[in-house]
Amino acid sequence: MNTETQNAARRILVKGGHLIDPSRDVSEKADVLITAGVVEAIDKPGAIPSDGAEVVDARGLFVAPGFVDMHVHLREPGYEYKETVATGCLSAVVGGVTSVACMANTNPVNDSGAVTKYIIDKAKVAGLANVFPVGAVSIGLGGEALAEFGEMFEAGIVAVSDDGHPIMKSSLMRHALEYAKMFGIPVIAHEEDLDLCCGGVMNEGLMSIRLGLEGIPSVGESAMVARDIELARYTGGRLHVAHVSTAESVEMVRRAKHDGLDVTCEATPHHFTLDDSAVAGYNTNAKMYPPLRTERDVAAVRAGIADGTVDSIATDHAPHHRDEKASHFDEAAKGVVGLETVLPLTLALVRDETLTLERMVDALSTQPARNLGIERGTLARGSVADLVVFDADRAWNVNATELASKSKNTPFDGWEMRGKVTRTIVAGRSVWEDAA
Amino acid sequence: MERKRHLLGLEGVSAEDIQVLLDSAETMIEISQRDVKKVPVLRGKTVVNLFLENSTRTRISFEIAAKRLSADTINLSGGGSSLSKGETLADTARNLAAMSPDAIVIRHPSAGAAILLAEVLDCPIINAGDGAHEHPTQALLDLFTIRQAKPELKGLTVTIVGDILHSRVARSNIYGLLTLGAKVRLCGPPTLLPPMFEHLGAELHYDLATAVRDADVMMMLRIQRERQGHNFFPTLDEYARYFCLTEELLAEASSDVIILHPGPMNRGIEISSGVADGPYSLMMNQVANGVAMRMAVLYQLIIPGHDGIRGSEIPERTPTSATG
Amino acid sequence: MSSQLFDAAQLRRALTRIAHEILERNGGADGLALVGIRTHGVPLAGRIAESIGLIEGGDAPAVGAMDITLYRDDAGQLGSTAILHPTDVPFDVNHMTIVLVDDVLYTGRTIRSAMDALMDLGRPAAIQLAVAVDRGHRELPIRADYVGKNVPTSREQKVVVELTELDDRDGVFLQEASHGA
Repeated sequence: MNTETQNAARRILVKGGHLIDPSRDVSEKADVLITAGVVEAIDKPGAIPSDGAEVVDARGLFVAPGFVDMHVHLREPGYEYKETVATGCLSAVVGGVTSVACMANTNPVNDSGAVTKYIIDKAKVAGLANVFPVGAVSIGLGGEALAEFGEMFEAGIVAVSDDGHPIMKSSLMRHALEYAKMFGIPVIAHEEDLDLCCGGVMNEGLMSIRLGLEGIPSVGESAMVARDIELARYTGGRLHVAHVSTAESVEMVRRAKHDGLDVTCEATPHHFTLDDSAVAGYNTNAKMYPPLRTERDVAAVRAGIADGTVDSIATDHAPHHRDEKASHFDEAAKGVVGLETVLPLTLALVRDETLTLERMVDALSTQPARNLGIERGTLARGSVADLVVFDADRAWNVNATELASKSKNTPFDGWEMRGKVTRTIVAGRSVWEDAA
Repeated sequence: MERKRHLLGLEGVSAEDIQVLLDSAETMIEISQRDVKKVPVLRGKTVVNLFLENSTRTRISFEIAAKRLSADTINLSGGGSSLSKGETLADTARNLAAMSPDAIVIRHPSAGAAILLAEVLDCPIINAGDGAHEHPTQALLDLFTIRQAKPELKGLTVTIVGDILHSRVARSNIYGLLTLGAKVRLCGPPTLLPPMFEHLGAELHYDLATAVRDADVMMMLRIQRERQGHNFFPTLDEYARYFCLTEELLAEASSDVIILHPGPMNRGIEISSGVADGPYSLMMNQVANGVAMRMAVLYQLIIPGHDGIRGSEIPERTPTSATG
Repeated sequence: MSSQLFDAAQLRRALTRIAHEILERNGGADGLALVGIRTHGVPLAGRIAESIGLIEGGDAPAVGAMDITLYRDDAGQLGSTAILHPTDVPFDVNHMTIVLVDDVLYTGRTIRSAMDALMDLGRPAAIQLAVAVDRGHRELPIRADYVGKNVPTSREQKVVVELTELDDRDGVFLQEASHGA
């Protein structure tokens, strides 16, 4: 990069777009001037002179705070054949995601400050999206002994979670909720009662009966949500329910919020888009935990996002190597990639009038940033200039082989999508631009 | 001609196809009864029996069937194959494909294994049991056995009793029986008979006495002793107390009721010895019919360009859209 | 175009003649049985057997039916039908003289298959062959012992035997290829 472009990169004027910033209740045509990584000015269209700044033409496009995905598996260290911090961050910015919170189930597990720091360093080298590590609740995700939250917090974690390994030991969950209060960070809970779900590989229902696959009952999730909400009530801790998938879970979170508990909640695009019929034909790219549920559950999750019960949308981006998915269903790896399809799948909820565009950006950016306590998800003057420009109508087809992620395990391969990110800016630097 | 025919399950297989298979089996019965139990129709064809789950009976049945049609058979079983050494099913399949088999018979502990094979390979695949999914040749031989005893399947009441939840035999029979117009009753404890089964078109019963009433066929499933340890029922004794088919219960059935059991049976648990050895029991016919039925399936699937059955479709995964 | 080779009466006379020839050749009906090849060979065998019974004034010889689909050397290449019919030979073929009966003798391959099928049922003392029509074009060294009518044909033509047991009428017809198979 020569000096001239470097200088130009310091000042960017995003011009002519429709700005949506739920953090300030703004949704109107406006230009945004970015200087030295922060939002310097926001004004009526044409009011800010370009003055040598690089101009991003956003006419006909939307401009929003970059998406914050609070549930991502970057796989590094340990599983670099699935994804690395660098490839995961590239996948993120292609999808308009400027910040990711990455889960602790790496190898070694992120249960120490050293691993936390390693991930943060890798992210700095990659220089694409912001990476906020999530530390393990228990040592080695073993579900027994509390990990050193303090050491990890000082190294940079923003939350703790044993994601992928539901915490069966109720006293551990209780103590995690209590101890995390010292650092003001949430405990992100993967809610599945492993004893009830034992051996299951898909939602228990007519489809599992037809396919002859072992079912996972929805009560396996809701029973744990109930336990953890009661623990949050009892301890006053901060509970974040990850990837909610059942109608009953949504309803319990709704009541918990109504009761004023410090409970937040996310849903994934696959859980609000697909039901368990996607497993037909033993499609291993429709295998994940919690599993795809019924039409009724999908409707309840959508309604939850609409009314704010499900405050955030997160992808649970879970890359797996082709070979790990090319197996028979029982044995196939669980999880799907999601960073590059989150925008069009969420826009589909806007088009069917489940959400407003403003609520969509709120769920993708503002709320998750609040949940994690990070200074993102806003384009207020003086804030870090993480910004996404997207075309809400652009039609495109998903071709799994063309995903930026190292892994191609998407259930949406071949789908026709509408809505595409055209530009992603992280801390005032344009990190991705759609070629078309 | 290009499209390979498979038998992956009975779900979605047409009544016409099932009839053709049953009719073909009649011819095969005649072959099995002569001195020279062999016809040359599959001479030079190779049938691979890929059995990755223990099953001596079904494997032998397929092997005899193939040999009676003059096909060469190759048997690969779990212990001796490279699968136990970490090779994936798809890779094993590709290796087999290099040997140009004319059909592969697969038994696998995981549901969907036969479909996976059909997606990867370019030869007819016959599902000999995949997890709790389907076991179509067992159901066909059951249908055949019923048809031998009854003039018509249509309108019969068939009661299947036992561990429906984990039974591929039950699933295949439900599809086949319903397709041919029989009425299906399912019976077992609620732990082994979830309500969703009703959506397949069957009637659910939790009381054996009502399930037996006026039944034309009683199909008793083997209860797996392992289920006891997972609290699906307290003990085998208590299971037998409520779900063992006894002569007293059988008196409530249709006067010419027949009894089927896919074997091996647990005497005194799902079926009393009196019933098992009684005049209505057709279990030995089932075994003999198994060979004929499998001959019919091999013949109908292997003969190329044959204007024969359509068989099973590989389920399609149709991409959809989020364009709203 | 289709021309008639035999009407009902001519066919009846030809079958009666064959019955006489069989009896003459074998010195009576003892140890004799007929096996018709499905489909049209079966009623033909029945008619010949009936004639033999009438001529001899005793019981008609035993008649069996044979489906040779599983013995064909062209399985699958001719769009053969899916439906298999059972072979039904309800007597012991060992030491018997078996007269195979078919409607048309053409390449000889069907007869070869039928002989194989018959031998799998046992060891007959002899196998003879009776056909309603021999249309030539042999591909195997096979000839008929009893022939209703020899008809020179081209390969493009088709010989159709119709029997009231299976069709609307009795008769043998020669069809030109353009009329399709």
